[in-house]
Amino acid sequence: MANHEATATLPGRDGWQSIVTDVSSDQRVFKNVPWGKPMMWIFLLSDTFIFGSFLISYMTVRMSTTVEWPNPSEVFSLTLFGRSVPLLLIAIMTFVLITSSGTMALAVNFGYRRDRKRTFWLLLATAALGATFVGMQAFEWTKLILEGVRPWGNPWGAAQFGSCFFMITGFHGTHVTIGVIFLIIVATKVLRGDLDHERPGFLTGRKGNYEIVEILGLYWHFVDLVWVFIFAFFYLW
Amino acid sequence: MAHVEHLDHPHDTPAGEAHPSSDHGQQHPLGIYFKIWALLFVLSTASYLVDYFHFQGLLRWSLIIIFMLLKAGLIVAVFMHMVWERLALVYPIVVPPLLLLVLLGIGALEADYTYLTRGIFFAPATEQKAPAAH
Repeated sequence: MANHEATATLPGRDGWQSIVTDVSSDQRVFKNVPWGKPMMWIFLLSDTFIFGSFLISYMTVRMSTTVEWPNPSEVFSLTLFGRSVPLLLIAIMTFVLITSSGTMALAVNFGYRRDRKRTFWLLLATAALGATFVGMQAFEWTKLILEGVRPWGNPWGAAQFGSCFFMITGFHGTHVTIGVIFLIIVATKVLRGDLDHERPGFLTGRKGNYEIVEILGLYWHFVDLVWVFIFAFFYLW
Repeated sequence: MAHVEHLDHPHDTPAGEAHPSSDHGQQHPLGIYFKIWALLFVLSTASYLVDYFHFQGLLRWSLIIIFMLLKAGLIVAVFMHMVWERLALVYPIVVPPLLLLVLLGIGALEADYTYLTRGIFFAPATEQKAPAAH
């Protein structure tokens, strides 16, 4: 509550009383937001627990193994100009994902300004960066598999390294891939003007609006958020 | 409580689903996004440098965790607009993940125990030459 004064002007942010008021009112708990937004947040919350369980089980196997864990700094190094740079590929992937998060945030902003062209191009840029990320991950997987990493063993040390690596990055990569598909679908809707003209979606039949860009943004930022934790715990440990 | 509720009523969207976005959408100046974006780049570079310069031990861990939490906080707060949401949405989303700390504790306990028993029963051949200590 340190920033209480700064946010005092915003509705619904007057301490715990405002939560009680919102929850006990007989209308809706999540006020002034499109219902899709709390739905996406609740999905992301469940996803947090999935990734949390993955990372915690990774911690458990890594702490409990008596065999030396392969040094990620060396495993994921790239040779550049005849000299080995530690974790270079992972660093580039991190920057690509952060860049895509930035373009996504801008896309949401321009969407609410009803700037169709810019929103479309920013969404497309986000999708392209996401695809680049998945591409680099595929490269990394190929490299490691060729070097002999398997879910049941690897040439450098603890056998659990492979299963943790493939499970965690594979699940994250799947999320990025789904995000890219989701981005392309929404970008197409924006370009066609489906959102401006409130055309019903073919699957749900609900009127189009720019809130779906923000909801998509939540998903995309979450993917970036998970990478922050994977980067810290899997690659930097 | 009824008193507070009355005060709050003018803010409510009257039952309808009609475009809350047009009045309540998350519209913020672009500047803040660029600032946060730049900060995320700086923090990522910093956490990469921790590895590049081979910091070890407590220093490495505290730096990694601090940079990680700062990045996560900035993404959730600004990019995902949590600083501007009503607390009734913020708390149900932000508080439950803290439960993972319990799982973390259980995992750590279990891992220590497994490590110990493995050390006793599955010690590498070189150590087995010496008579067992237990």
